[in-house]
Amino acid sequence: MQTETVMNEKNWVEIGKIDDIPRLGARVVRTEEGDIAVFRTADDEIFAVRDKCPHKGGPLSQGIVHGKKVACPLHNWNIHLDSGEAVAPDEGCAATYPVRVTGTTIYLSTIPDTGCPNQ
Amino acid sequence: MAEKLVVIGNGMAGIRTIEELLKIDPQAFDITVFGAEPYGNYNRIMLSPVLTGEKSFTDIVTHDEQWYVDNAVTLYKGISVTEIDRVKRRVIAADGTTADYDRLLIATGSNPFVIPMPGHNLPGVVTFRDMHDVDSMIDAANKYKNAVVIGGGLLGLEAANGLMQQGMNVTVVHIMDTLMERQLDKVAANMLRSSLEERGLNFMMGAQTDAILGKERVENVRFADGTEIAADLVVMAVGIRPNMELALKSGIHCERGIVVSDTMQTFDPRIYAVGECVQHRGITYGLVAPLFEMAKVCANHLARYGIGRYVGSVTSTKLKVTGIDLFSAGDFTGNDQTEELIFQDASSGVYRKLVVQDNKIQGAVMYGDTIDGSWYFDLLRDGTDISDMRKNILFGQAHLGDSGHGENNRVAAMADSAEICGCNGVCKGDIVKAVVDKKLFTLEDVRAHTKASSSCGSCTGLVEALLAHTVGGDFSTAPHLKPLCGCTEHTHDEVRAAIVKQELKSVRDVMTFLEWKTPDGCSKCRPALNYYVVCAWPKEGMDDYQSRFINERVHANIQKDGTYSVIPRMWGGGTTPQELRAIADVAEEYNVKTVHVTGGQRIGLYGLKKEQLPAIWKKLNAAGMVSGHAYGKALRTVKTCVGKEWCRFGTQDSTQLGVEMEKLSWGSWTPHKFKMAASGCPRNCAEATIKDLGVVCVDSGYELHVGGNGGVKVRATDYLCNVKTEEEVLEYVAAFMQLYRKEAHYLERTAPWLERVGLTYVKEQIVENETNRKQLAAEFRESQQYMQDDPWAERAQGTDKHEFEPIAMVMVGNQAVPA
Ligand code: SRM
Ligand SMILES: Cc1cc2nc3c(=O)[nH]c(=O)nc-3n(C[C@H](O)[C@H](O)[C@H](O)COP(=O)(O)OP(=O)(O)OC[C@H]3O[C@@H](n4cnc5c(N)ncnc54)[C@H](O)[C@@H]3O)c2cc1C
Ligand code: SF4
Ligand code: FES
Repeated sequence: MQTETVMNEKNWVEIGKIDDIPRLGARVVRTEEGDIAVFRTADDEIFAVRDKCPHKGGPLSQGIVHGKKVACPLHNWNIHLDSGEAVAPDEGCAATYPVRVTGTTIYLSTIPDTGCPNQ
Repeated sequence: MAEKLVVIGNGMAGIRTIEELLKIDPQAFDITVFGAEPYGNYNRIMLSPVLTGEKSFTDIVTHDEQWYVDNAVTLYKGISVTEIDRVKRRVIAADGTTADYDRLLIATGSNPFVIPMPGHNLPGVVTFRDMHDVDSMIDAANKYKNAVVIGGGLLGLEAANGLMQQGMNVTVVHIMDTLMERQLDKVAANMLRSSLEERGLNFMMGAQTDAILGKERVENVRFADGTEIAADLVVMAVGIRPNMELALKSGIHCERGIVVSDTMQTFDPRIYAVGECVQHRGITYGLVAPLFEMAKVCANHLARYGIGRYVGSVTSTKLKVTGIDLFSAGDFTGNDQTEELIFQDASSGVYRKLVVQDNKIQGAVMYGDTIDGSWYFDLLRDGTDISDMRKNILFGQAHLGDSGHGENNRVAAMADSAEICGCNGVCKGDIVKAVVDKKLFTLEDVRAHTKASSSCGSCTGLVEALLAHTVGGDFSTAPHLKPLCGCTEHTHDEVRAAIVKQELKSVRDVMTFLEWKTPDGCSKCRPALNYYVVCAWPKEGMDDYQSRFINERVHANIQKDGTYSVIPRMWGGGTTPQELRAIADVAEEYNVKTVHVTGGQRIGLYGLKKEQLPAIWKKLNAAGMVSGHAYGKALRTVKTCVGKEWCRFGTQDSTQLGVEMEKLSWGSWTPHKFKMAASGCPRNCAEATIKDLGVVCVDSGYELHVGGNGGVKVRATDYLCNVKTEEEVLEYVAAFMQLYRKEAHYLERTAPWLERVGLTYVKEQIVENETNRKQLAAEFRESQQYMQDDPWAERAQGTDKHEFEPIAMVMVGNQAVPA
């Protein structure tokens, strides 16, 4: 689904509808600073994470989503979707981005949450 | 409020159960532990290296006191429980402490048996069971000279070796004629004895001790024949007895141990018991591997998962004396129904014996070179029919051909800098350090912490050997029935059976019916479940794309930089100018960085963006090309040579045959990838004898070969049979593939599958039983009706569009753009 993105003052960008993303799947938002992966869990929670695995930069959006985690497609590190942190004993993180869902519309802020250098 | 769990016995089995429980349900119980010993928990089997001085006590502590604090477990250390009040559901300890329980776990281990001969109470007479014993032995070694160890079993020999390392003059007294008679046959036992003698131990065999003599402390040991030897220290290592006193006193049913059911419950269902104190199906155990299996089952029941049964274990043993390689498993004595296969090379000190009944291994004894011990043990536990390996089995599982390790296979001799895992660059030193520092026990732990053997797996055997070597004993022995993954207790076979029997037709249905422990499984089980569903229900089963690995979801192979490769099918390795032109056009138009002739006789285009894929596929489709499934656990290629059509030696049209084989089988999903080849004559230019299924054409027809592998571990095929016509070849291909599809575990290639089930079994199913072969072939063809739609064509026409396009594009400064 191709969506025109619309801004408001708070930096929220409308990126599409929940159903544009398959359950236990992800879609990518392309920005000039790199891709952001937007995930949908089995119970329709939405998370946005930099699409770059802390291990060797694999595209997390292409991984298998389970619970609130995604398994990187390249070497199977698991990343927590809510914090962006790698599941122990692996170490590292991918920046998370604020998302807001109003009705069925997803809004994303392209300003990352602080705390993770891998933005 | 959480229920109360009280554990009696702060040892290996008890704490392992708590660990398993905390893993699956940390909130289920308020946990209280009573331990008679004054510490946290330590690895009892490592007392031997502590005694030799190779390790210190802190090295072997597995759970320090902080661990109990961190996990909110109340520990009463140094306090024995003396009474269980089953009516009030409360335990009472020696110092008066009490604790109420909703569930009670008894894990009191066992007591060393002390022969009640005169003098057994004298100072200087010790057993070998706990840290306190080790302290007394080291203390004695510092002050005295002569030690006598009574008992030539595993523990006795480890004690004797340790005391010798501590500088004592040690004599082992054994009542039998050979050492370790419960684990070794005579030959191996004698080899062991002579190498221990070379190291300086003294032995008195067939000697019966009569009394221990001394005034203040031991001075002499006297034998039945009246002779005496000097002794300043006597170690009694003549056996262990399950510690069931407390249970008996509390009216819990005991025989030789505390009697438990398959769910580890005693006759009082609120009371569980695990470890050496129990008797399960008439058997008591004295090694850790079974205890860990018990712990897992027990934790599952405590957490009310209600699944998992303990059904007993076959055990194997190693002696932890540095420099001595010895392995034994199962029943090695045999009887009149059994045969023995023996390999003996006295000059290099190698001995191997397998006890075989009806072509199945019942027991194994190895001395000198034990690298294949775990392989024999697997064959034993799997009940594999070894008829076809008999001639070579004693030479071991040819470690030749394990790629990535040169000739290294003896971990003990390796330098710390030796690379063990070639994929992730992990050296021996890294693994040893992680195992020691992080107290790792299992292969899974080592994989998680070091990444060793977590990629291609070719070094798994080395990592296991290294783990066993570092941790000692049987720690690494994988449980027999391995759950599919951490999300379930069920094995691959159980899951497959349930899918068929209960008619489970989606991944969700399977997880619900089998009570998966995690909400959506994980990246290991979901693809497996999806395959099992699709295989069992080709027509109605729901193929869940979100459970497929990315490559199979987008029908292209992901590359290190997130781009994809495109490899169209070239039937039987043949192509045409038209196809080549189409490939060339696509490569130019899309600026393809690399065009590569693959190892599978076709052409790969690399470095494409996901968005470009459908358009490229459309163009290739237009030239008549379809997906090559180079990305899938599926039929890959059928490699051929030019055969009779051109080659002066060709006996049949191998090229056309290969095309037919590929037309028959393309599109099928398989447990792991599946490769075939057809060669026109025994010169075998298509390398048919390292394929999952290979055909070698001969003048009289076709030779069929199965179970080859050219990758991580080279394995030549086994010969299956000869057939006369092409139709028969195709029938066998269909039948073999279907058998493999239905029975192998996900991610198990034909080579390991065949070694697990045995060639004889496959022959029975396919060669000898014609009806069955035809039935399997028909099933395969039926299933293929639903598989042979080109996934590329579907997607070029718009299927799964969301997979290939971003959801949105956002410009810097947050200017909106259409995606
Ligand atoms: C493309 C190709 C290399 C090439 O450029 O020539 C290749 C590429 C990969 N191989 Fe291979 N293998 C290729 C022929 C082979 C061959 C040779 C052959 O088929 O004749 C072998 C040894 C023969 C065999 O399989 O028995 C081979 C043994 C492996 C293995 C080890 C399998 C094993 O059971 O030991 C892996 C790892 C795995 O599958 O787990 C592997 C895995 C891979 C993967 C899929 C790794 C991955 O997961 O990303 C590579 C994907 C690259 C890509 O995007 O295409 N590849 N690979 C070859 C594709 C052939 C084709 O046309 O389909
Ligand atoms: C020197 C040595 C070497 C070994 N080597 C190997 C080997 O190489 N491979 C292998 O597989 N196995 C080996 N074993 C055996 C292995 O250690 C045992 O099988 C294992 O420790 C048994 O675990 P458990 O929990 O049943 O008993 P334990 O580990 O003995 O734990 C029981 C605990 O309960 C405590 N306890 C008892 N009664 C009470 C009570 N009333 N109140 C409170 N606490 C109580 C005891 O003090 C003890 O700490 C070895 C054993 C020894 C001694
Ligand atoms: S193509 Fe095969 S051999 Fe080459 S790097 Fe990849 S997996 Fe290894
Ligand atoms: S790049 Fe993600 S696991 Fe390696």
